[in-house]
Amino acid sequence: MAGAARRSGLQQDVINLYRSCFRAARQKPLANRPHFYTFIRQQFRQHNLRKNDFATIEYMLRRGKRQLETYSSSSIQDVHL
Amino acid sequence: MSAAALRPALRKQFIAPVASIARSLNTSATTHMASTTNPSPPDNTPAMKEPMYKTFEIYRWNPDTPAEKPTLQEYKVDLNACGPMILDALIKIKNEMDPTLTFRRSCREGICGSCAMNIEGGNTLACLARIDRNVSKPVKIYPLPNMHIVKDLVPDLTNFYKQYKSIEPYLKQKTGPPEGKENLQSIEDRKKLDGLYECILCACCSTSCPSYWWNQDEYLGPAVLMQAYRWMADSRDQFGRERRDKLQDKYSIYRCHTIMNCAKTCPKGLNPGKAIAQIKKDMAFD
Repeated sequence: MAGAARRSGLQQDVINLYRSCFRAARQKPLANRPHFYTFIRQQFRQHNLRKNDFATIEYMLRRGKRQLETYSSSSIQDVHL
Repeated sequence: MSAAALRPALRKQFIAPVASIARSLNTSATTHMASTTNPSPPDNTPAMKEPMYKTFEIYRWNPDTPAEKPTLQEYKVDLNACGPMILDALIKIKNEMDPTLTFRRSCREGICGSCAMNIEGGNTLACLARIDRNVSKPVKIYPLPNMHIVKDLVPDLTNFYKQYKSIEPYLKQKTGPPEGKENLQSIEDRKKLDGLYECILCACCSTSCPSYWWNQDEYLGPAVLMQAYRWMADSRDQFGRERRDKLQDKYSIYRCHTIMNCAKTCPKGLNPGKAIAQIKKDMAFD
């Protein structure tokens, strides 16, 4: 990614989580995937955090990872908002 | 049984609550004045004591507003209208002042290990910690230190339980007991488990250990290691060596530097540090 600003470790972590969320959503039945996509986007956007509020971002990351662990299990087929 | 025999018992039952209400109403001055003409037996309920307000400073943090920083919230509790233990005060606060206060509790007698928290700078069970009657000083209550917080006084113990699971805390045998018989154990062998089996996994010791603070992901911590030793020491378990082999790395057990905070803080008076030392010794002789 030449030219782009260097990302901090934490920023990279958030992006990695975002991508793995979508990767997990791609394992779901085709018809329900849009539900997962909107769910993930909503989860990421509902909080308006300052970018130097590290403690909160770290907490949200942990929470996101726990959530991902839950809905990436194959027994979960759909999500409703 | 005849109805006549039942009646006195019934009457007693109905009268008793009424009498107690009357007694509590008698405390006002006007009723005392009225009763001077009709001298009644002396009132043997103690007079209401002066309220004695003690300040509780409790750590609050709400996951629904993650950007807000954790704060200490003050509550004033009348000690004369409250049980003797910290947990009684917490329950009173939750019932009467602030239902949003969140903490774990269950048995309220030090057997379930749910109410482990940091009270006045030491990890202990809220149900076993007495409230200091000195009202000039506030009590500070925090969740277990260096743990991720779920809400207020509730720590996230997922990792702790995962570690506990990893030591396989159950009897493992290569050759089962003789057909149709139970596993026998001599009295001496049973005695080896005293001081180990009483652990209630409240996580007070693990979260008081600086080594555990810094290496939670790799170091197992005193509580879990003591349980590991509990199964190694069990005469009925036949996987002692395999269990020890599993701990044979730089972190699992050797992060214990005999700081002994664990033994100092244990609300059940156990000594995880000693159990860890025993494992280390057995590993050296294996």
